[in-house]
Amino acid sequence: MGKKLLIHNDKVPGIHTLEVYRQHGGYASVEKALKTMSPEAIVEEVKKSGLRGRGGAGFPTGMKWSFLAKPEGVARYLVCNADESEPGTFKDRYLMEKIPHALVEGMITSSFALGAKTSYIYIRGEYFYVARILEAAIAEAYAAGFLGKNILGTGYDLDLYVQVGAGAYICGEETALLESLEGKRGNPRIKPPFPAIAGLYGCPTVVNNVETIAAVVPIINMGGEEYAKIGIGRSTGTKLISASGHINKPGVYEIELGLPVEEFIYSDEYCGGIWKNKKMKACIPGGSSVPILPTELLLKTAAGEPRLMSYESLSDGGFATGSMLGSGGFIVFDEDTNIAENLYTFTRFYHHESCGQCSPCREGTGWMEKIAHRIVHGHGKASDIDLLWDIQKRIEGNTICPLGDAAAWPVASAIRHFRAEFEAMIPKTELAH
Amino acid sequence: MAKVTIDGQTVEVPDGTTILQAARMIGGDVAPPTMCYHSKLKTSGGYCRTCIVKVSKGSDKDPRPMPKLVASCRTTVMDGMEVQNNTSPEVVDARKGVVEFLLINHPLDCPVCDQAGECHLQDLGYKNGGEGTRFDFERRTFERKDIGDKIQLHMNRCILCYRCVKTADQICDGRVHGVMNRGDVSEISTYIEKAIDNDFSGNMIDVCPVGALTDKTFRFKSRVWFTKPMDAHRDCKKCSGKVTLWEKGDEVLRVTGRKDQWGEVEEWICNDCRFDHKKITDWVIEGPRKIDHKSVISQNHYMKLAQPHYKKLDK
Repeated sequence: MGKKLLIHNDKVPGIHTLEVYRQHGGYASVEKALKTMSPEAIVEEVKKSGLRGRGGAGFPTGMKWSFLAKPEGVARYLVCNADESEPGTFKDRYLMEKIPHALVEGMITSSFALGAKTSYIYIRGEYFYVARILEAAIAEAYAAGFLGKNILGTGYDLDLYVQVGAGAYICGEETALLESLEGKRGNPRIKPPFPAIAGLYGCPTVVNNVETIAAVVPIINMGGEEYAKIGIGRSTGTKLISASGHINKPGVYEIELGLPVEEFIYSDEYCGGIWKNKKMKACIPGGSSVPILPTELLLKTAAGEPRLMSYESLSDGGFATGSMLGSGGFIVFDEDTNIAENLYTFTRFYHHESCGQCSPCREGTGWMEKIAHRIVHGHGKASDIDLLWDIQKRIEGNTICPLGDAAAWPVASAIRHFRAEFEAMIPKTELAH
Repeated sequence: MAKVTIDGQTVEVPDGTTILQAARMIGGDVAPPTMCYHSKLKTSGGYCRTCIVKVSKGSDKDPRPMPKLVASCRTTVMDGMEVQNNTSPEVVDARKGVVEFLLINHPLDCPVCDQAGECHLQDLGYKNGGEGTRFDFERRTFERKDIGDKIQLHMNRCILCYRCVKTADQICDGRVHGVMNRGDVSEISTYIEKAIDNDFSGNMIDVCPVGALTDKTFRFKSRVWFTKPMDAHRDCKKCSGKVTLWEKGDEVLRVTGRKDQWGEVEEWICNDCRFDHKKITDWVIEGPRKIDHKSVISQNHYMKLAQPHYKKLDK
């Protein structure tokens, strides 16, 4: 049984209320941080913990916080990215739905550390009911004196707002999120400047994922060094994994980073093996954007080492033989899955979600969808597979924001590892040419 | 000051200069092509990706190369930076890709497009594009729209450079002109097909790099290469009054702002000058306008043709 720090109390009746949450040690980190620690000391603890961003990129949180510009007389903001839109990822929803106060508590402690007097939780439109749960929790926190003016008599003021988006995937990109939060069209900004210098309303801003902010709570409670002992190497702490697909027990699991992938899939504590006694064919370990891996490369690295659930191990071998931990959207496919059809779904998604600002993504995603559609409907041409490869290569890295990469990687990996399946779908008459 | 080397040529530029501006200072082919950047518009650039370059050395302080190709119009130079434009096969290939992306849904209706001959997309395609197309699906289409009585929008031809959006934003008070929808069905639109009520709205035609926004008073009057561009000015209370007249015989077919060697407007002109002063007697002719931008007009055959006419007026 691995250590649980974030959702260990998820089954406690009434844990969504402040009263029950307090009985289980809730808001201890706020009291500890605001009463006994300086903001710098909190940032230091987060640095020591080795916590890495849980939204997908895995950037060290402490370092991100220390980049925040602090000019005199300019407001600073903390924005929580709850726009969890990556297909296959639903961990943040679970956390916010079950234990909303964990996020509120993390927001208070983190805002104090960053010197933010106003903070926002930007949540996707489809999660409107979760927004209500959060708003209820925030109202309770205001009533209990954890939010508002002069929190716990320490003289620190903080206002926390929930802002519901309209459900665009692109608004999960931090600068598009900030644009949307400002009431504009959710288009990613061209960086630099980075949000740490000029973010929300042009002020220094930190944008963190829900799980990242919730993880600050145990880090403050137990100390950064203690937290860093959990996990493996530079992948410290625990991670929420959204397991879905052809497994016996789909759901949200909290794992200690470093757990072997094989154990995660086949152990009864987690996914419980592949459904209907079938074999596994492939897996996308970190949400739809990361490269898909065939079973043999998922369980073992190219060097023959067992693959672990950690940032380093999953990306071992680069994109040729590895993938990414990403947001932890773990999608498993059984032996009967058609990878080309699966890819068509993804290309359709990215085409639909492209914001249309920069040309490679705007035009390329639509083109890839059209070709994938043609292939899976049996009208593919012999040249289509190479063409798909070419298009993704010219999108990757050439766009304003990472959506271009996110659209390109699934195409590249599906062709890299499952080319034969695509070829099998091209009509024989075509191949004869 | 910062020293930057682009395609092997070094130039010293003030801090805060972008790679693109530095490359233009060197001039010639070193300057990357641009579609969405416009020097007179704030926050323009970064969208079309045609000006991408490879930064092979970040700076003297931090010599690491940049991991991805960068938009040169939006990346500022650092002291000691080394940039590859035409010398990098990676850049050349990526740019070819961008041209292909820009053209897959473009109607290629140059034979009936007023912009042909002075179209940046044509120039870009000839210079940087590949041969033929690999796109064999139906192209997306939109209805034609009028933006006021003087400007027509052909959304099919639009490459979403956002130049007109920035122009409208920066000359008008409210936000009336923008982009609707998203992804590859994005379209330029005004608030319920409203005219942009501003004396400078005509400049949107001049900033459009393709034939998406055209001057209705000039539609189908003549191919641009049959007209003679002449610099002229008049005493105008609203703008500088410095324009280029496009003449055919003694007739002024069109009035536009003056464009620099990169095809970007030098000074905004007002709608009065643009649409309402089409008599040659309204203007003081300065002389033939040299078109540097690569296009059929830049053959400058008109220079000879224009001479006697110019002298006649000068007397």
